[in-house]
Amino acid sequence: MRGRTGLTLPERRGAIPFNVQGELPAWYDGGKRIFLHFKIEKEKPGEDLMTLKTLIGAASALAMMTGTAFADAKMDAKKALEQAKAAVEQAMAALEASDTMSGGASYEFPNLDGDQVTVVSWGGAYTKSQVEAYHKPFIAGTGAKVVSEDYNGGLAEIKAQVEAGNVTWDIVDVELSDAVRACDEGLAEEIDMSSLPDGADGTPAADDFIAGTLDVPCAVPTIVWSTIFAYDSEKTDRTPTTIANFFDLEKFPGKRGMRKSPKANLEMALMADGVGAGEVYDVLSTDEGVDRAFAMLDKIKDDVVWWEAGAQPPQLLADGEVEMTTAYNGRIFNAVAAEDKPFEIVWDGQVWDLDLWIIPKGAKNKDAAMEFLKYSTSTQALADQASWISYGPTRQSSAPLVANYATKPDLKMGPQMPTAPQNFGNALQNDFEFWADNQDELNERFNAWLAN
Amino acid sequence: MTDATANQGPDGLLLATDGTPLKAKLRQSMKASRRRAFGLVLPLLLFVLASFVIPIIMLLWTGVSNDTYAANMPRSAPLMRAWDGSSQPTEAMAEAMVLDMIDARKAKTIGKVASRVNREQSGTRSLYTKSARRAAKMEPPFLDALVKADKDWADIETWRATKIAATSLTPAYYAAALDYKYTADGEFVEQDEVRQIHVQLFWKTIWVSGAVMLFCLLLGYPVAYLLSHLPAKKANLLMILVLLPFWTSLLVRTTAWIAMLQSQGVLNDIFVWLGITGDEQRFSLIYNMTGTLIAMTHILLPFMILPIYSVMRAIPPSHVRAAKSLGATNWTAFWRVYFPATIPGIGAGGLLVFILSIGYYITPALVGGQDGQLISNFIAYHMQRSLNWSLAAALGGILLAIVLVLYWLYDRIVGIDNMKLG
Amino acid sequence: MTESVTERPFVHFDGVQKSYDGETLVVKDLNLEIAPGEFVTMLGPSGSGKTTCLMMLAGFEAATSGEIYLKGEPINNVPPHKRNIGMVFQNYALFPHMTVAENLAFPLQVRKMRRKDVKDKVARALGMVQMDEFGSRKPAQLSGGQQQRVALARALVFEPQLILMDEPLGALDKQLREHMQYEIKHIHEQLGVTVVYVTHDQSEALTMSDRIAVFDDGVIQQLAPPAELYERPENAFVAQFIGENNRLPGKVTAIENGVARVALDNGPEVLALAINCGEVGNRTVLSIRPERVQVNHVTDANRLDGHVQELIYLGDHIRCRMQVCGNDDFIVKVPNSPEHAMLREGETCTVGWNTEDCRALDLAHGAM
Repeated sequence: MRGRTGLTLPERRGAIPFNVQGELPAWYDGGKRIFLHFKIEKEKPGEDLMTLKTLIGAASALAMMTGTAFADAKMDAKKALEQAKAAVEQAMAALEASDTMSGGASYEFPNLDGDQVTVVSWGGAYTKSQVEAYHKPFIAGTGAKVVSEDYNGGLAEIKAQVEAGNVTWDIVDVELSDAVRACDEGLAEEIDMSSLPDGADGTPAADDFIAGTLDVPCAVPTIVWSTIFAYDSEKTDRTPTTIANFFDLEKFPGKRGMRKSPKANLEMALMADGVGAGEVYDVLSTDEGVDRAFAMLDKIKDDVVWWEAGAQPPQLLADGEVEMTTAYNGRIFNAVAAEDKPFEIVWDGQVWDLDLWIIPKGAKNKDAAMEFLKYSTSTQALADQASWISYGPTRQSSAPLVANYATKPDLKMGPQMPTAPQNFGNALQNDFEFWADNQDELNERFNAWLAN
Repeated sequence: MTDATANQGPDGLLLATDGTPLKAKLRQSMKASRRRAFGLVLPLLLFVLASFVIPIIMLLWTGVSNDTYAANMPRSAPLMRAWDGSSQPTEAMAEAMVLDMIDARKAKTIGKVASRVNREQSGTRSLYTKSARRAAKMEPPFLDALVKADKDWADIETWRATKIAATSLTPAYYAAALDYKYTADGEFVEQDEVRQIHVQLFWKTIWVSGAVMLFCLLLGYPVAYLLSHLPAKKANLLMILVLLPFWTSLLVRTTAWIAMLQSQGVLNDIFVWLGITGDEQRFSLIYNMTGTLIAMTHILLPFMILPIYSVMRAIPPSHVRAAKSLGATNWTAFWRVYFPATIPGIGAGGLLVFILSIGYYITPALVGGQDGQLISNFIAYHMQRSLNWSLAAALGGILLAIVLVLYWLYDRIVGIDNMKLG
Repeated sequence: MTESVTERPFVHFDGVQKSYDGETLVVKDLNLEIAPGEFVTMLGPSGSGKTTCLMMLAGFEAATSGEIYLKGEPINNVPPHKRNIGMVFQNYALFPHMTVAENLAFPLQVRKMRRKDVKDKVARALGMVQMDEFGSRKPAQLSGGQQQRVALARALVFEPQLILMDEPLGALDKQLREHMQYEIKHIHEQLGVTVVYVTHDQSEALTMSDRIAVFDDGVIQQLAPPAELYERPENAFVAQFIGENNRLPGKVTAIENGVARVALDNGPEVLALAINCGEVGNRTVLSIRPERVQVNHVTDANRLDGHVQELIYLGDHIRCRMQVCGNDDFIVKVPNSPEHAMLREGETCTVGWNTEDCRALDLAHGAM
């Protein structure tokens, strides 16, 4: 319990990134951060929100330390005490978790006053999670300015900027396939992986990241996301549990939602046909294997509703258009957590993939971007990010630190992650190389198959 | 006429008062004004040239030319082109290949080269990138070294694919756009049946565009008629309703369609309530061809209504009155007098809707389900995702040719002067 | 109305009213009888209701109340295409996508006439308007006058008994217009059809019509043959609207045997026919045609001083603007003949008129 006595308010109190939901970050001696979830009852309209929150934050931190409620006028003292107690309990749990680690060095913010980093990502709830977990602490810690931009993926814009010699994006969140390609085609800066901070438990970065995810020399992975399938537990009394159920119209009749792309679908089809995750790409590399995958798809073709945008599948489920649908796990989680939809994810046969940071070749603020990259891929930042959306951190040392859902303190994030042990049983990593080699052919075949 | 004869030159030409031939004088006096007129249109001409003509020429050019390989593998490319495509690959070819790979890896262009060859044969992308990684350490004989690095180099098909990629000017993309394969022997063979997709999509695109045009006409004509016959105040209100889809973002519109059309949607609820269909047999109005047609008709309707409306507005009401006073029934007056006068608007609207719908792809993709895939989706896919711009250009070139043929047909049947946009 | 219609009227408006908005009447209580073969012109300023009357007759507008009879049959509920009325529109309304011959054949085709008859009739109609050569042209390739003839031929080709013309010559230049007036008049005489003609041009109306209905404010102000309309206007509006007219305001001091004694404002008492001047003591306006004013040789008791303001030489006559009784706009037409005195500007002379040439009319319209 060495953390308990060390629990103090940080020096730079004014810069604490409190957020609207009433989350209370606090530091303890080792310089590590933990999150204490704290619900604020009411805000007087017109009052400076930040000041109010800082006050409440300070009060509750004190309360935590002394074990008594130091109540703001607007807070019921008893309630504040209860909440403070709950917060302390939670802090203890987090500290216990971190106690099991060896307590190595973590990322130290350099002073970057006057610098600026343009961070480009996919927008929506995903960017929000990054802003909360990466941008805000980074701004507070370094004094740098962070500009957040959205894009829709693909390398077209990066290519245009690099070729024009006017690179305005400093760090970009890309898919694995684009990361590899950007690297191959000289669109991204190479990154010295040894400069990445050690894990919170002292593990060197090279060993801390999930095996094989640091292979692209220009890109550092941040999250694991996954294509899974989900169903609405209120609309059906049948409970699918395996990927085979998705392709079984006899036992599980009803429409299916699938992404209009061969990617992930062919893999899932083979896994449903009994191919083990380890052999999927070997089988798919043969013509017979491709035929076999399409034969599985043929079984449900007439009942498939095809989607293209990630926002569609939760909508399809909610509208009752489909019985079950493939989806990105974060989207389903978001519908469950933020909109209270009764959706269930089936993790069996999930196909997981990575999102990574790349720094475009010739980025204007390369050094600051590199600092941002280092901080945002540190153990704590990755863990923080995972409390906002259910995409798993790529560092193994982050997993024990993953807290609960930011706006619902009673919703544990750990089990929502693709990488959680109970979800990871039959999981397949999307093979970028296979798709780079075969996507032209398989796309044509898939579309021809669709049209016939 | 005495003056005229007096001013006649020896060769019978009319002369101006100063003795020069009148025609020459006229030309001279016209020159200045012609030059000024040209100066006035010059900026537009340059703009059209830069923004329209040159891009189209470049598009057509991209469709037959791709020098990715030749530019980045300068030693290997000429040897590959010279190779007959059937004999054993030579050591010289292998050496050039390895040396080029070392350079290309340094220059970070090996990825582009690999993608280019991969288009000719799936699987060669990783073969190239892997081999390039090891190329620096290879020692002669290079052919053996390559095969040792990956046994696929022993497969002559790898080299044949490379030979096709090494040729910069090639009909391969147009062939691919028409579901044919251009082989290393310079022959065209039909694409595997399971991969034939483009021709079918071209037909489907034309079919969908035609159907959308027809629906727009059937729905838009009466609306345009109503609009042109209402008092200005009411007409303006109705016009706003007509133009509403223009002012709504694609996402809002799509969401609205989904809410309306899905099986638990408003329309189906109404059908069930009216007893047109049972609760269990709701109509599939979205994520299929019906959805595509409904959504595209909705968004393109204004393009049909506006030209027809403006033509109708210009038709004097006295024409129909004249027809009636001459003994024509309402229908005859409409069909023989009013309708022919609206044909220019129908022609303009029809052509506009048709050409626009040929290029539509996001909307059908969102609401069309598996039927929503049109040829433009493929062009966009190759432009944005696979970065296979040459194939995109070839598909675009064919689409352009189809539009031109239709335009020509339209000119033959209706007459291009007979088109009015307003 | 001096001439009464003895036969059964061909067209009969019976108490017809028309309102578009339910608040104001465009046509107020119209009663009009037109005899077979008659050429009646509806004349009036724009907005006077004349075109509305024509449109009601053609069937394009419904009468709000009252009834229209054609050959004794009520036609309020007969649709336009069953009325068998030929109509010529202001802008001809030729069908632009049809040739001239096709335009002419149209009314015959809709009557399901045999092809050969259609051809004959079209040829004959074209001949009638001297357009034989132009059958295969499109309307856009014709001049305004030619289009006019085609429109006329088209209205006649199916041999209707009634032809309506809505300002058919409005778009033509003056010379062509006058020529077409005669041509239409001749065709009318030749075919003996009944014509209802709408125009705002009084000379056109005077030239062509058997009778003219002068419209103003939705009411027929006077219905009479051209000569009577000019010579004997019944109210100040008609006097002012038809031909040139001098107006002298005054007050009625006595009425005797249809002759009123009127004290002119700024002038002496004069005599005039009491047409529409009400009772003694009423204000009235005297109306005298410029050519009926006598200068220096005054034969009657009506004598006034005139100061010559302006002289315009017009060849056959001299137009003279004078100041009479404070009215600066008193026009006199002096024939250019030996027996008339030459006037000079600035000169003062005596003007006067015969009592029967001067009409005392209502003030309401005279005030305009």
